[in-house]
Amino acid sequence: MVGNHLLFQQVPMVEIDGMKLVQTRSILHYIADKHHLFGKDLKERTLIDMYVEGTLDLLELIIMHPFLKPDDQQKEVVNMAQKAIIRYFPVFEKVLRDHGQRFLVGNQLSLADVILLQTILALEEKIPNILSAFPHLQEFTVKISNIPTIKKFLEPGSKKKPPPDDIYVRTVYNIFMP
Amino acid sequence: MMLVEKAGRKLFESRKYMTRQPETKCWRRFSEMCYQRNSETTMAGKPKLHYFNGRGRMESIRWLLAAAGVEFEEKFIETPEDWDKLRNDGCLMFQQVPLVEMDGMKLVQTRAILNYIATKYNLYGKDIKERALIDMYTEGMADLNEMIIVLPLCPPDQKDAKIALIKERMTDRYLPVFEKVLKSHGQDYLVGNTLSKADIHLVELLYYVEELDPSLLANFPLLKALKTRISNLPTVKKFLQPGSPRKPPIDEKSLEQAKKIFRIK
Repeated sequence: MVGNHLLFQQVPMVEIDGMKLVQTRSILHYIADKHHLFGKDLKERTLIDMYVEGTLDLLELIIMHPFLKPDDQQKEVVNMAQKAIIRYFPVFEKVLRDHGQRFLVGNQLSLADVILLQTILALEEKIPNILSAFPHLQEFTVKISNIPTIKKFLEPGSKKKPPPDDIYVRTVYNIFMP
Repeated sequence: MMLVEKAGRKLFESRKYMTRQPETKCWRRFSEMCYQRNSETTMAGKPKLHYFNGRGRMESIRWLLAAAGVEFEEKFIETPEDWDKLRNDGCLMFQQVPLVEMDGMKLVQTRAILNYIATKYNLYGKDIKERALIDMYTEGMADLNEMIIVLPLCPPDQKDAKIALIKERMTDRYLPVFEKVLKSHGQDYLVGNTLSKADIHLVELLYYVEELDPSLLANFPLLKALKTRISNLPTVKKFLQPGSPRKPPIDEKSLEQAKKIFRIK
């Protein structure tokens, strides 16, 4: 991108409030902070941070998946499923079960809920029954999906992007490794 | 007033104890008990770091705590059995370390831990925009730091190439950005003319740059000056002295031990 708009020569970059924000986590934090999706105090914020960081580790596997060699892709789906079912989902299932609330932290929508929903939906695209052992997460998925703003985003014609396909992968390679 | 003492006083002043005056022996003894429990809590309240005896992902946390002047304890994972116990005790949210026990919480995930410490000790800027800048700079540094952290695990035949890439990233992508930031405002710190976690993380990184190749810093006079300035802060100076919790670069023996503990092939 001509003109040096990318601090570390990388995207994502989001132009917002007079800033050219880069680095996914910085962008997420800024938006969450600005729109009250980061809890009501430091302890809630830290809990949200922990949940988000864990979920992002899982989401990272999904993001990188299309760029793996075809032979490795199937193996990686198994790895993702295992990580989700053994390491991450049990944590959030327990959190929801223990407090019985609709949202992960502080009884209100936060970044943690949004990132988890994104990750669950992305995983369900590859492994449709991934939530079969997690009734509270199933309920969570339905409830969060029905929040008006999120419901709108999940409808066709929104800015939500479809699952990555070959065209997407080729485009990325062409741009970053011509 | 510490929470325990507050709770104690609340209980004491409730209807049941209304007949007692605060200055009586009974209250004094009760409040002493609260105070003692508080002191114990405070003494036992030093953050406790769980990791292996090496830098890895815990080192940035050690740096930040030290810079903030916070004394901490360390419990090293030294055997596979230590590791099994930690996981089976249910302390690790995602079965991973770093784990930092502090303020009644079992904190995991490096960034969450760093953000908590930074916020608590006023090293995270004064408003949302400063936080955004600190975040951006820190995330860039974390990307570079990540390459350095995983370097010991790199197969020997790929190591030279990896080191060359790290050096290239340092001089082409990351160091110029921070040199430019300092040049643009001419201040002593990266953000908001005040010490923040961004400065601490950067100085830690600059020490690693120096370890890799001291000549790399030659073209970055402002970064060199920042490094000197931050190193001279009393808390940081103390951390840089021998005998502090600062860890040396990993050696072959420690690497083998870590691989054995975490069952990495």
